[in-house]
Amino acid sequence: MSDYKPVERKAIEVRGLVTHYGDRQILNGIDFDVYEGEIMVIMGGSGSGKSTLMRHLLSLEQATAGSMKLLDQDVSGLSTVERTELSKKIGVAFQSGALFSSMSVGENIMLPLAEHTKLDRLTMEIMARMKLEVVDLAGFEDLMPAELSGGMIKRAAMARAIIMDPKILFCDEPSAGLDPVVASQLDDLILKLRDAMGMSIVVVTHELDSAFKIADRITVLDKGDILMSDTVEAIRNSTNERIQNILNRRTEEETLDADEYLARLTGTEIEEASPPL
Amino acid sequence: MSPEPSRNSAVEFTERLGRNTVSAIEVFGHWGVLVGESLFWLFAGPKLKQPVRANAVIVQMMEIGVRALPIVAMLSATIGIMLAIQGIHTLRTFGAESRVVVGIALSVVREFSALITGILVAGRSGSALAARLSTMQINQEIDALRVMGISPVRYLVVPALLAMLVMVPALTFLSDLVALYAAGLFVSFDLGISQAAYWNQTIEILSLGDLWHGLGKAAIFAVLITLIGIVNGASVTGGAEGVGRVTTRAVVQAISAIVVTDMLFAFVVTR
Repeated sequence: MSDYKPVERKAIEVRGLVTHYGDRQILNGIDFDVYEGEIMVIMGGSGSGKSTLMRHLLSLEQATAGSMKLLDQDVSGLSTVERTELSKKIGVAFQSGALFSSMSVGENIMLPLAEHTKLDRLTMEIMARMKLEVVDLAGFEDLMPAELSGGMIKRAAMARAIIMDPKILFCDEPSAGLDPVVASQLDDLILKLRDAMGMSIVVVTHELDSAFKIADRITVLDKGDILMSDTVEAIRNSTNERIQNILNRRTEEETLDADEYLARLTGTEIEEASPPL
Repeated sequence: MSPEPSRNSAVEFTERLGRNTVSAIEVFGHWGVLVGESLFWLFAGPKLKQPVRANAVIVQMMEIGVRALPIVAMLSATIGIMLAIQGIHTLRTFGAESRVVVGIALSVVREFSALITGILVAGRSGSALAARLSTMQINQEIDALRVMGISPVRYLVVPALLAMLVMVPALTFLSDLVALYAAGLFVSFDLGISQAAYWNQTIEILSLGDLWHGLGKAAIFAVLITLIGIVNGASVTGGAEGVGRVTTRAVVQAISAIVVTDMLFAFVVTR
């Protein structure tokens, strides 16, 4: 974005993050920064590790190595109380919305208030309605999540994510599975939230248009490594072939040995000769 | 035939045995951690500004206990009558029908009430717990709780555990009364004993120890049903099919655990 000015304070600072899923290494030592007040988009194809990075940023998984600071706090050394305090400053809108199906939309949005504050019910209801106004869902507080459409669920999830006025907002695939108009509304909403509340926002997505529209900076992940982490302009002008492949929606050509290909199809190892019968 | 296949199957068998043993130990480990964490949140929760909400416990108590009242009462009455019929039939061969009250009173209060209540609650609420937790897990609702700084153990497990601990013994006590009453009706109808005489005999036979025997077992069943439901629910993989699988597994495991524990408990206590 043209009016983007980098601020020096970091909201998120990740150093040397290595993660495994079982025996498989997913992230290969990643350095990743998000500055205060910026919208950082994490991009990459499926299997690139972007969802894994997000789950680690949310402390939902244990890293193999590396350190992570959120709002100047090292997350690995936090006590239970400190962790709870930190979680009040973080909002998350999950890909599926993750609204509690047994509660109405209003109760879903109020839950963090009900659990973390001593506000009376009326105040909480007013605050929930205010956030519903922000996401254009006014009047829907009494419906159950099952009665909402896909786009409405994502917006309701966004309302729940911002109910505590977080300093960092995470959005997982905000526009996935939505029609272009609704997807674009969600992009506008993300921009509005940053401008109105000065949040740092981390968005994981594979939608190029959406990424270019909202991002201040983009981080491109590929096979567990960061290819590039820079402004939208720099990413667009990058000469890196893999980045250009992603930007131009080209599939990567895989060079493959004929024997190896045959072995992969038949499910045998190349070295292994079949045993004599 | 070469000896190759048989050696392979022996190795495979040993390997599978080892694997199953390790996973069984893992399950007990999970149970231990869950109980520990539950106790932690129950007592340390208020200090950490995350108390267990009484409201959540009451909601669970309604679901687990109050809604189960009709079915528990109905089956307890049936069991009581069944015991009376069977007891009279068996004792008639010795001409000792009048001693049937002893058998009914002791087997209802020490065994059958707790057992039937446990099995019913496992089927109704153990499965519901597993289904609810696994659905929440798949919908990322558990993750959502975590990132909101709400401990899933404190928010979901402790209320269910407390509600079970209160309601399973309470239902068992109700089951005692209903089964004894129904059996009494049949006995007085079949043998011509008055209701008052039946109850007098029953109260004379039963000691407080017998009552505690049944209620104590009920409390153990309550913990087993909750832990099995939750551990299975949390271990779900794969979408809707996974929910079905863990729910079935939770019910089968809970009922098996109840029956085996019942036998072990009876063995230990009657020594």
